[in-house]
Amino acid sequence: MSKIQTIEQLNELSNNVKSLLSIREQGEKSDDKTKADIKAIANGSKEKINILICGGTGCKSSESDKIVENFRNKISELGIQEEVKVLKTGCFGFCEKGPIVKVLPDNTFYVMVTPEDTDEIVNTHIVGGNKVDRLLYKNTETNESISDSKHMDFYKKQMRIALRNCGVIDPNNVNEYIAREGYKALATCITSMDSQQVINLMKESGLRGRGGGGFPTGLKWEIASKNNADQKYVVCNADEGDPGAFMDRSILEGDPHSIVEAMAICGYAIGASMGRVYIRAEYPLAIKRLEKAILDAREIGLLGDNILGTNFAFDIEITFGAGAFVCGEETALIHSMEGERGEPTMKPPFPAEKGFWGKPTNVNNVETFANIPVIILNGAKWYKAIGTERSAGTKVFALAGKVNNVGLVEVPMGTTLREVIFDIGGGIKNGKKFKAVQTGGPSGGCLTEKDLDTPIDFDNLIAKGSMMGSGGMIVMDEDNCMPAVAKFYLEFTQEESCGKCTPCRIGTTRLREILSMICDGKGTMEHLDELKRLSGVIKDTALCGLGQTAPNPVLSTLDAFYDEYLAHVVDKKCPSAQCQKLLEYVIIPDNCKGCTLCARQCPVNAISGSVKEAHVIDKLKCIKCGACIDKCKFKAIIKR
Amino acid sequence: MSNINLTIDGKKVEVLQGSMILDAAKQVGVDIPTLCYLNLHDTKMKNQSASCRVCVVEVEGRRNLAPACATPVTEGMVVKTSTMRVLEARKTNVELLITDHPNECLTCNKSGKCELQDVARKVGVNNISITSNSMSTYPIKVTKTIVRDMNKCIMCRRCEVMCNTVQSVGALSGINRGFDAYVGPAFDESLEDTVCTHCGQCIAVCPVGALSEKDDTGKVIRALADPEKTVVFQTAPATRVAIGEEFGLAPGTIATGKMVSAIKQLGADYVFDTDFSADLTIMEEGTELIGRVTKFLNGEKASLPIMTSCCPGWVNFFETQFKGMSDLPSSCRSPQQMFGAVAKNYFAEKLDIPREKMVVVSIMPCIAKKYEADREEFKVNGNPDVDIVLSTRELAQLIKIANIKFNELDESKFDAPIGFGTSAGVIFGVTGGVLEAALRTVYEELEAKPLEKLEFETVRGLDGVKLASLTIGGIAINTAIVHGLSNARQIVEEIQSGNPRDLHVVEIMACPGGCVGGGGQPLHHGNIDIIKARTAAIYNIDDTSADRQSHKNPFIDTLYKEYYEKPNSHKAHEQLHTTYSEREKY
Amino acid sequence: MEELSQEKFQELGQFIDSLPSKKGELIRVLHKAQEIFGYLPKEVQYFVGRKLGVSTAKVYGVVTFYSYFTMSPKGKNHISVCLGTACYVRGAEPVLDEFRKILNIQGTETTPDGKFSLCSLRCIGACGLAPVVTVGEKVYGRVTKEMVAGILAEYK
Repeated sequence: MSKIQTIEQLNELSNNVKSLLSIREQGEKSDDKTKADIKAIANGSKEKINILICGGTGCKSSESDKIVENFRNKISELGIQEEVKVLKTGCFGFCEKGPIVKVLPDNTFYVMVTPEDTDEIVNTHIVGGNKVDRLLYKNTETNESISDSKHMDFYKKQMRIALRNCGVIDPNNVNEYIAREGYKALATCITSMDSQQVINLMKESGLRGRGGGGFPTGLKWEIASKNNADQKYVVCNADEGDPGAFMDRSILEGDPHSIVEAMAICGYAIGASMGRVYIRAEYPLAIKRLEKAILDAREIGLLGDNILGTNFAFDIEITFGAGAFVCGEETALIHSMEGERGEPTMKPPFPAEKGFWGKPTNVNNVETFANIPVIILNGAKWYKAIGTERSAGTKVFALAGKVNNVGLVEVPMGTTLREVIFDIGGGIKNGKKFKAVQTGGPSGGCLTEKDLDTPIDFDNLIAKGSMMGSGGMIVMDEDNCMPAVAKFYLEFTQEESCGKCTPCRIGTTRLREILSMICDGKGTMEHLDELKRLSGVIKDTALCGLGQTAPNPVLSTLDAFYDEYLAHVVDKKCPSAQCQKLLEYVIIPDNCKGCTLCARQCPVNAISGSVKEAHVIDKLKCIKCGACIDKCKFKAIIKR
Repeated sequence: MSNINLTIDGKKVEVLQGSMILDAAKQVGVDIPTLCYLNLHDTKMKNQSASCRVCVVEVEGRRNLAPACATPVTEGMVVKTSTMRVLEARKTNVELLITDHPNECLTCNKSGKCELQDVARKVGVNNISITSNSMSTYPIKVTKTIVRDMNKCIMCRRCEVMCNTVQSVGALSGINRGFDAYVGPAFDESLEDTVCTHCGQCIAVCPVGALSEKDDTGKVIRALADPEKTVVFQTAPATRVAIGEEFGLAPGTIATGKMVSAIKQLGADYVFDTDFSADLTIMEEGTELIGRVTKFLNGEKASLPIMTSCCPGWVNFFETQFKGMSDLPSSCRSPQQMFGAVAKNYFAEKLDIPREKMVVVSIMPCIAKKYEADREEFKVNGNPDVDIVLSTRELAQLIKIANIKFNELDESKFDAPIGFGTSAGVIFGVTGGVLEAALRTVYEELEAKPLEKLEFETVRGLDGVKLASLTIGGIAINTAIVHGLSNARQIVEEIQSGNPRDLHVVEIMACPGGCVGGGGQPLHHGNIDIIKARTAAIYNIDDTSADRQSHKNPFIDTLYKEYYEKPNSHKAHEQLHTTYSEREKY
Repeated sequence: MEELSQEKFQELGQFIDSLPSKKGELIRVLHKAQEIFGYLPKEVQYFVGRKLGVSTAKVYGVVTFYSYFTMSPKGKNHISVCLGTACYVRGAEPVLDEFRKILNIQGTETTPDGKFSLCSLRCIGACGLAPVVTVGEKVYGRVTKEMVAGILAEYK
């Protein structure tokens, strides 16, 4: 590849490589194409068909690599590799139905494909021109096949800005990114805008940081730009530690160049020539793709000195995290980048004044960066018009838990929780009842039925006692015990506490202990007051965001599910039958056939009864191991 | 820098920009309780980790509470330091600390001097209202110098800052995270297997009983009770200006006479003065210095600069941190060890007792002296020259155990013959003192005329690195005076890189301020004025002394005549000098 | 010990020497060291500290801070049970307990025969497959308690 030295050369390349995507872009465009339309598209290009396979971590886990291999083998076996291109892309988002295979230009979306299915797809669809119906997505109510993802409930309400290239382009091919207007935003900035204009544009767009706090991005850049220094740094926080959130990973896997471009834009705006990506070592695929993107960008001159013939120089290095949630906090992240223990320090000084190696440093997270090139290209007004008054744009959520359609979802700010969970997410799994949704990960809180129609934005979630966080959205049903969920989160924050400040180090431990006692039936009413009081002090005095928000899961569940806490504390019952120590195993006499299997299985001889007569469990002897339930063929044993 | 106006508890105050709320509050007489914070002004010791969250205050317009120690003031800030919210938060955080702190105050070394205890009283903790089911537990690690009981650690991180930043030793680090976090050496090894210099500064700043000195008072009691043993004491210069603090006397009180009386009342057979062997050190080291400089002037290869070797913390630091320069430090043993050698050889002979029947007890401002006394090279057939080392704090403890009313004691004098020291020996107790004492002798040696003004002001003061160039006997001598080991590191690395300043003599003391600020001294609790008062007292002794030059000590003269012949003689080399080796440690 | 061979130290030493600057590179070097040795025993930490001019205490402090670093060798087959929230609400805990029960180990450790080691981790981002278990490179999705014995049998 030769170096691109001017904006004209970039435009030229962009035009030249447009054809790479023509099948895909045209295929996506119009609805319900007739066979004739498709032929027309195919005629206009050398390639006739694109087969896209999701190469994200989720689908890779289900052997999507093998699917790619099988497709390639079959295609070359048939000698049609010139016309049929097989591509591994980033995440399509619909992880629940993965591995996903998309065929273009007729826009067919196959779900839950196995490596054994590839021959059939090639024979029936690619060669025969007929869709493989059994692999198509089925409408949950009507069971009708839907072949175009646009018509699936999961995608209908989505608006993909940060995820715009995920599942569309080959992340390992910089030309495909360039064909999608890639690096045009950077070119525009460095050739026709000064740094203040870039900052102003970011400020006007209303973009707020997607990492958790929602700090206005333009303002952050402005502060860093105003602090003079011989060196400044742009840092991309890719240490996605929120358990249950994976949008940053998906963006890096599916569209790494958007991050490279955005970091360079930020470098231009604040006056930095060095960028660093701090990424979880647990994300090998994202690391690989990002490394390649950086190398390619360097090779064609979009990173390095004199970018596009200007004086602007910028380059990016990668630093690995090593498994510490607290390193998502800016100051901790910077200490970790310096090879230290990732302990947060007091702000001020803010990183924008004294950050990496004491130099002004701007830290944004992956999703924030992913939005930036499009904002530059489409303008601040365009972006500001999306979303709500105070939270512009879209937000990616990792929808997971007891919901039918697990996956990555990008919706405009202001979409309600109900739309996300029920329309996009397809409601609760196995027809169970919705109980709560947890947003913001360990820092967030649980929202309930009454909050479902709240439009999602930064401020509304905080007002409801939760927060946006990085966008984890975990749905819970009637089987989830809320004190146990609070305990789960406190176990997490307590394990991930750096141990520096008293309220977090000891306070979260005490919260966890009290929650354990409650779940074990040893809780008292005083404990409930204590939880509240202690949570208040931790929120008020912990050193960093991790500690300050650690009590949120406790406070929000106490608030919304006080009855459930009371049941544990006063009645010593777990209404969701989750807390082992509060369970009671009972044999329903009508169902029991007296087969004696359970009695033989019981390790403590707590079950008695004669053959062919209903058995009984001695509550005092029962150790609640659950062995009897597993063995009973007649569903005669229940726990309650 | 401009000034900032703010309001604290309704009082208006104007402070320098960059000040913290804590400082501003002090200006209007508001004492906000602190725990982890420590600021030894004029040294590098400043702990501002803002980790204990005890000093939190309410700042108008701020969502959460702010730690006063680490929150800079801003224009128009309105601070409230004692609202219900603040008081509740402070008390809760102290209670939380106590839920993870063993309830062992009755048997704790730091009881009565414990800052956690103080703050608990101050914020009104009368019971623990927080449910707790666990404590972090660690094995108690005992070495011959330092006892580490991490069960009591409150993660203030002062010791870590002291060890790594102020001393640049690097023996300690935060270990683990979350509830299991504590401060300790690599792999939780014994400190003796690490680069620890045993300077004891970690103990000096530890607010609780997590770090303390190994208690050797029992050994002394047993020795004193043994009729077979002749117990000989020596007291280091810096102890006499500090021990009074343990009995409520003002910092800087000179308590030499009372201390001698107390030791005699304890039952010591002889109470001598390390000042005496400090004078002896000057004779030996001065001669060595003149020898090396003369060699250098004659164009021969000379080991320069000569570095002082009285400070055992520094010697440990040198041996574990630097390679290929073990010829540089003076070969002189420290005054403690010279005393031990003189006592167990010269004096034992005089008393006509075998060395095994003599027990030499040192009273030192130092923890590393315990380590030094135990070195193999300072033992003869397994019998050490110095048997037991007590810190100033331990001597005070012993006096209290013996029910001696220290403040009511009459003043006694040291015993003869090795109890007389000049005040050149006394100033060994402050940074710059060894060099100044040496100059007072070397000058007269080289110039062959009396020195008019004995005070060398340029070598005095609390600057971490002081440089002074003097011309003596036509020779230009460049000196550096360093205290605090990070300053030492800076100078030694400079020397390693080619000695660009052409230094000839370097005095190094491990502890900030020199021995007056030693790791074995009464706790200063972060008040640098205490160390300054002790320093002033040392100079006060010197100013009012009639004998201020080591070579004019008549007993030193006698010692050479009767025993060692002359400085750097063969016998002196055998008993009063040593060698250094490089040590690889964690 | 064979594992701590001179060649491995040499490889690590060369990596450290190849760094343009040693400043701030402790974590990068520890990653490399763990890649080479499989874990970070005392000897390796001491070596890294000396080579980088960082105190051994600090190396140990960093190693014990980050959960990615381990001081004990992993088993031949390393099992990770995801305890991210998505997996947790879909029943990952009973799965972890079942592994412990069958392998007869308490927390996260290696079996005495060195065959298996077990750990829990927080979210590998395959939430669609929750609960997720990985053995080495292989990913198992929608794991139930009942599947555990079968998974282990594949590696016996």
